[in-house]
Amino acid sequence: MTQMFAYIPFKNGAAEDVALEYPDAAKKIDPSVEVTAVVAGTGADLDKVADAMTKIYKEVIKIDHADLAYPNAEQVRKALLDVLPHDAVILVPHDTFGMDLAPGLAVKMDSAYAADIVDFEGLDGKDLKMIRQELGGAVYTHVTSDVSSGAVITVRPGSFAPTEDTAAGGSVVDKSGDVKDLSAKRKFLEVVVAEVGDVDITKADVLVSVGRGIEEEENIEIAQELADAMGAVVSCSRPIVDAKWLEKSRQVGTSGQTVKPKVYMAMGISGSFQHLGGVKGNPFIVAVNKNPKAPIFQVADVGIVEDILEFMPELTEAVKAL
Amino acid sequence: MEILVCVKRVPDTAENEFELNSAGNDLDRDDLVYSVNEWDNYAVEEAIQIVDNAGGSVTVVTVGDDESEEVLRREMAMGANNGVLLSDDAFEGSDGKGIAAILKAEVEKGKYDLILTGAQADEGAGQVGGMLAAMLDYPYASLVNKIEVKDDSSIHVGREIEGGNQEMNEIQLPCVLSIQTGINEPRYVGIRGIRKVASVDVPVKGAGDLGIDPAAVGKDGAKTRRVDYFVPDLGDGAEMLEGSTEEIIEKLIEKLKAKGGL
Repeated sequence: MTQMFAYIPFKNGAAEDVALEYPDAAKKIDPSVEVTAVVAGTGADLDKVADAMTKIYKEVIKIDHADLAYPNAEQVRKALLDVLPHDAVILVPHDTFGMDLAPGLAVKMDSAYAADIVDFEGLDGKDLKMIRQELGGAVYTHVTSDVSSGAVITVRPGSFAPTEDTAAGGSVVDKSGDVKDLSAKRKFLEVVVAEVGDVDITKADVLVSVGRGIEEEENIEIAQELADAMGAVVSCSRPIVDAKWLEKSRQVGTSGQTVKPKVYMAMGISGSFQHLGGVKGNPFIVAVNKNPKAPIFQVADVGIVEDILEFMPELTEAVKAL
Repeated sequence: MEILVCVKRVPDTAENEFELNSAGNDLDRDDLVYSVNEWDNYAVEEAIQIVDNAGGSVTVVTVGDDESEEVLRREMAMGANNGVLLSDDAFEGSDGKGIAAILKAEVEKGKYDLILTGAQADEGAGQVGGMLAAMLDYPYASLVNKIEVKDDSSIHVGREIEGGNQEMNEIQLPCVLSIQTGINEPRYVGIRGIRKVASVDVPVKGAGDLGIDPAAVGKDGAKTRRVDYFVPDLGDGAEMLEGSTEEIIEKLIEKLKAKGGL
């Protein structure tokens, strides 16, 4: 096995959770390998994260450059190419930044690329055996990558066990001097923060959340009636916002809001990982879906195979009658 | 603005229930319904809207077999001006890099200011756009949910990032963008539109036409390969409530009461 690296994303001076999950992923790739963390940015926040990572990783490469104040994938890619060996195996989170960075990095490294990996089954010679999902989680696949000339692998955040071992006693290696020209054809302008809607779904104890199974805009009313009867709030999955049937502030998921209700009613939601990534705090999940194979039934506490358009009005009447 | 949009024919996740074949190593493909990858429809719609405002033309391209021609015609019925099918036995089994290399060869045959892809397909890799950009040395942005044409040399694009926020960037042309759903409302394609483009010529190009070494793409050129499909044991899964709707509701209400849902 060649050298293995883990790209550490951070925000406001704190590494993202995936930093704790890479060690478990790496162990499944090759139990004997040491992983080197790579942190790129600038200033005090960067130093803080680099130091924190020495508790988890034996070696932490730090790249400090004024142009990396905001994580622009094109510039981070250039910096990584200046610092990493050409046959490196590097782990990157499969999130909005990783999707921006990783494919192009694999091309420039002339290495293998594997995306959105949920598990590893180890090395077989030069082939790394991995597991991923396809078709919205309906099926899984085994994939192999020839990693003999390096690899860029994006791992799905939350798929690996966070390490509790924080006694690595590692050291920071400053490689900022190795970084050359970081000029880019893409320039970061600003972050536009999402508008706050009329209802704050992040504060609700009970959510009646609707997905594609709602079928038509008019049917949102059926979910609203159930929510009213339950004293709940209506939230939704991405397609409902894409169709403009509900405002963005009602969307649960990695690209929407993170919610921590006591009870989550997933109505006609198949349960993609992007959606479930927004449901935290281990709520009691009730899934109603007419497709008995919907992936949501793998994570729900209670599953009901029914058409929500028929089921919700009956449930509403029953709740009202209590 | 000359725009190329890369599209793909995929099994429709809304229309199919996916089962494995009898050998248990591939999808049972006998009765699968195929359609245009959902994300690609948004990319084509965005391209059409840009050309409506700024002038130019939209070309749709796909790497696939003969049947992939139908998705090109569908997107042409939406309003794309031209379609190109990149098809060759040598392309079969390509990984993301192979597909990007084939598309790169076609890009270099034309003169495009803007190249769009869907943010991902239902395989979920979201890889081809970023790879194509790197191969061309063009700038790239993924998960784009806003495009503003500034002038002939640059555009402003919004990217979707976590928490419903949007990251704005200025990008030099030519560039590659992967388009996220929700950026627009893809127009409806009626049977009349399909008929209108039914007789339009869609050129088919193979490895020879594109100057591609067949060994560099396809199964032999792939560093990453799908071995099989499987459905894992679901383990603990949900407690499925069964019986009449009335009985189910009765059981559900008891559980909701216990968990603070009522």
